[in-house]
Amino acid sequence: MTVPQIWRKIPQFYNLYGKKCSSCNKLYFPPRDICVECGDHKLENFKFRGKGNIITYTIIRTPLSDPEGELIDRPAREIPYILAVIELEEGPRLTSEIVDCSPDEVKIGKKVESVFRKIVEKGPKGVIQYGYKFRLSG
Amino acid sequence: MKTGIVSWGAYIPCYRIKVEEISKIWGSDAESIKRGLKISEKAVPGIDEDTVTISVTASRNALKRSKIDPIEIGAVYFGSESHPYAVKPTGTIVAEALETGPDYTTVDLEFACKAGTAAIQICMGLVKSGMIKYGLAGGADTAQSAPGDALEFTAAAGGAAFIIGKKDVCAEINHTVSFTTDTPDFWRREDQKYPSHGGGFTGKPAYFRHVLGAAKKMMKTMGTTPKDYDHAVFHQPNGKFPSRAAKMLGFSEEQTKQGFLVPFIGNTYSGASMLGLAAVLDQAKPGQRIIVTSYGSGAGSDCFDISVTEKITEARKKAPLIKTYIENKRYLNYADYSKKTKQYIME
Ligand SMILES: [Zn+2]
Repeated sequence: MTVPQIWRKIPQFYNLYGKKCSSCNKLYFPPRDICVECGDHKLENFKFRGKGNIITYTIIRTPLSDPEGELIDRPAREIPYILAVIELEEGPRLTSEIVDCSPDEVKIGKKVESVFRKIVEKGPKGVIQYGYKFRLSG
Repeated sequence: MKTGIVSWGAYIPCYRIKVEEISKIWGSDAESIKRGLKISEKAVPGIDEDTVTISVTASRNALKRSKIDPIEIGAVYFGSESHPYAVKPTGTIVAEALETGPDYTTVDLEFACKAGTAAIQICMGLVKSGMIKYGLAGGADTAQSAPGDALEFTAAAGGAAFIIGKKDVCAEINHTVSFTTDTPDFWRREDQKYPSHGGGFTGKPAYFRHVLGAAKKMMKTMGTTPKDYDHAVFHQPNGKFPSRAAKMLGFSEEQTKQGFLVPFIGNTYSGASMLGLAAVLDQAKPGQRIIVTSYGSGAGSDCFDISVTEKITEARKKAPLIKTYIENKRYLNYADYSKKTKQYIME
């Protein structure tokens, strides 16, 4: 993502802002401009609470390698890391990293809550992107 | 109503490393270090945690404890030695995450371990003068220490945030004083990764002169003695310094127990005295009186005389207590610790 793209996504990344269709009440995360259910263009901002449960997950042990050192993005994470599909309480699903736990603690169906973390550093000179990740909520 | 603390919030990362684990690597005697520094383990940030993420989490906890609309926050000040950007304020990211809207003023603060208490003083001034309704003041750090240096046993991560205002305060701030001089006991030059320190020089002419100076000035101004306070909090770079300072001033172990967190989490630098105060507020009863003295190398101390109100009982229930964060921990070995604190060069 470019700096303007990161900047535009701040509400979505910091506070889980998605959209709600004014006509049929369908909820969207990430936000979108047109409702796929009813085709309406009138979608309003909607803040998700950041609570949900794990639908499925995978453990990434061999991430995309960068032998030439061409990628500037430096994701703020260790190897291995846990990537999960999470269903928010309000309905929509999203993909996020699960932090502060080891791979053997993650199970389908476990409850999770959002935390505010560093996502990516655009190299040592670049901007830092912050946003949501999730952790097990007991 | 008097200006004071409307709300407070804290955050401590879940990772810990024990003194024994660090000693094993460098061949030091763990038992004598534990006895000497009065510390058993320290909090370590996750690889995706920094002063911004700690400040945001602590501030969100503070907001949960209050009834205020974040739009009413007119100033945001965070003190740290580890602001992630040299140019681009931590305060802007915290305020955006809290949804304060654009009508606030901010600037990042730095004064070794006391920039957070200076943030409280600045917010007090703005609230008292009527320039703002509420101010957000915090201190957080992910403290850096060179591998093998004595600081490695204590340099930790954590932070606390306070909403300062006049309405519905949980704790009235009766008075604040400072004691500041030019004393080079600990410093870090621009572009240096790790700080340098004056070894034994950090004690008598530095920590003790300023902490005792500020606390004595406060008690003289207020006409109080240690007996008038239920709780006393001192900056805690290790366990030894605050214990000795308390004793020299005439405070008992009972009075300092509640805010004494360094044995379990280490020195959280700008977070240290503020987390100590937050831990006291987590437990304090209405009517109790607290004295808090911070210390920042370079050097200076800020002291606060605080009275707890009846509002505190309800407020404390609405966000996680420090006790919860201290108990929720995951131990690291030295290799994992090095990875998390980026001591390995991984290109
Ligand atoms: Zn629709």
